Amino acid sequence: MRSKPRDDGYDDLLDAAEAGEAYYLACENGHGSLPPRRSCPHCGSPELSEEPLPESGTVETYTTTQIAAPSFSAKTPYMTAVADFGPVRVTGIVRADPEEISVGMRVGLAVGRNTMTGNRMLTFHPR
Amino acid sequence: MTTVRIAGADLTRFGSTPERTGRDLFAEAALGAREAAGISREEFDELTYGNFMGELAERQGHQGPIMAEAAGLDCPATRYEEACASAGVAVRAAVSAIRSGRADVVLAGGMERMTNQETEDTTEFLAIAADELYEVRAGMTFPGAYALMQRAYVQEFGGEREDFAHVAVKNHDHALPNEYAQYRSAITVEDHLDAPMISDPVGLYDSCPITDGAAALVLCSDEYAEEHAIDAPVAITGTGQGGDKMALQDRTHLNRTPATDRAAAEAYADAGITPDDVAAVEVHDCFTVAEVLALESLGFYEPGEAVSAARDGETTKEGSLPVNLSGGLKAKGHPVGATGASQIVEMNRLLTGTHPNSEYVDGGVGVTHNAGGTVASAVVHVLEVVA
Repeated sequence: MRSKPRDDGYDDLLDAAEAGEAYYLACENGHGSLPPRRSCPHCGSPELSEEPLPESGTVETYTTTQIAAPSFSAKTPYMTAVADFGPVRVTGIVRADPEEISVGMRVGLAVGRNTMTGNRMLTFHPR
Repeated sequence: MTTVRIAGADLTRFGSTPERTGRDLFAEAALGAREAAGISREEFDELTYGNFMGELAERQGHQGPIMAEAAGLDCPATRYEEACASAGVAVRAAVSAIRSGRADVVLAGGMERMTNQETEDTTEFLAIAADELYEVRAGMTFPGAYALMQRAYVQEFGGEREDFAHVAVKNHDHALPNEYAQYRSAITVEDHLDAPMISDPVGLYDSCPITDGAAALVLCSDEYAEEHAIDAPVAITGTGQGGDKMALQDRTHLNRTPATDRAAAEAYADAGITPDDVAAVEVHDCFTVAEVLALESLGFYEPGEAVSAARDGETTKEGSLPVNLSGGLKAKGHPVGATGASQIVEMNRLLTGTHPNSEYVDGGVGVTHNAGGTVASAVVHVLEVVA
């Protein structure tokens, strides 16, 4: 069986995050974004460099999903958050107790796998 | 520049009709609009048609020609896809075609068939309007996305779940007399607060339903209407479209919708109006917080101030600015690829006095607002009675 092709840029970031070396793309005007990008989504600059992502971020908003799509149906309830990592925001699954999560919570980044689909995704862990 | 008039308009009853095909739904709306306009098939220059999930729901791509056939037309037909704003951009394309002089008569509309699969599959299909890599893989559904926005809104500006409940209660109340609405049942604030959570803090009664339906408009140039003595008292006098970053994480704010700001500014300037001129609004309330965000971006409220508008009675049918007199997406229903056109059909009814809620419209200017995704796309139209 043919293995699932890589998603250039996205899978590179996940590989790096698994090795504890997550990065973001910085443009010459100081904007940040996550790969894959060939130009900055904020100013259009094609000059992008890989910079180390800060080790921790802050939860800006989150939700606990009870009713999911089929690709997450066996995972409910689960928490999705958007966290501020300084130059970029990141969306991820939160690996914490529902009582534990709050806006302003400090989180670190890791990589998890959705066992229903085999897809990897970014995860947040309390720090 | 030529004025674009609404010569005919129709929609199907919105609801759950899983056995009806998309072409059957669109044919009903299109033939109804054509009959209302009284314009023969040879006169139609184009069909502009909105649809979002047809490949997934019916395994049917290339829907433009299919829908032209369904509508009894023989003309170029193009499908527009902009998630839940698909029909909004289809109408905008029709307006542009007529204003450019390329077309005199255009059929514009949209259709979505959504209840012919399991709810969780529909949830999966809808999710592709978000960023697959960075949002969908992190478990984001559409209720989840709007929950993220609602929590960010309340975190910065305040607001209670009861405030959002009043938005839903109002829109259900407005739908009561609307024969096209999916839900013609009143709900209470308590019903809302007691309903199960879908994606905290978005509960069942914060959410629009899953809906089948279609809507269609026959648009024509002022000159064509005059030459053929067509009775078309309402014109689309302004159109605007705005865009934003696809993923929430790349936006400047998680609790504002600048795509709507941009669409509104363009549409108001195009029509030469200000928010003060508007007598009624149909906004894209796929979730209750979406109505709040829309009213702020449309310039009726400052950021953080629209959350209490329904609770305070300002946006109810007897308020100073009635919002979603059709029942909105919340109660009228949300067949995603048809919604933007259906809002204009309803506003046309409201302005011509043929809607059961027309008595609450005090003036001749209406605005419709149709959003795609988490408002990475927005389309705003201004309708005016021009006699």
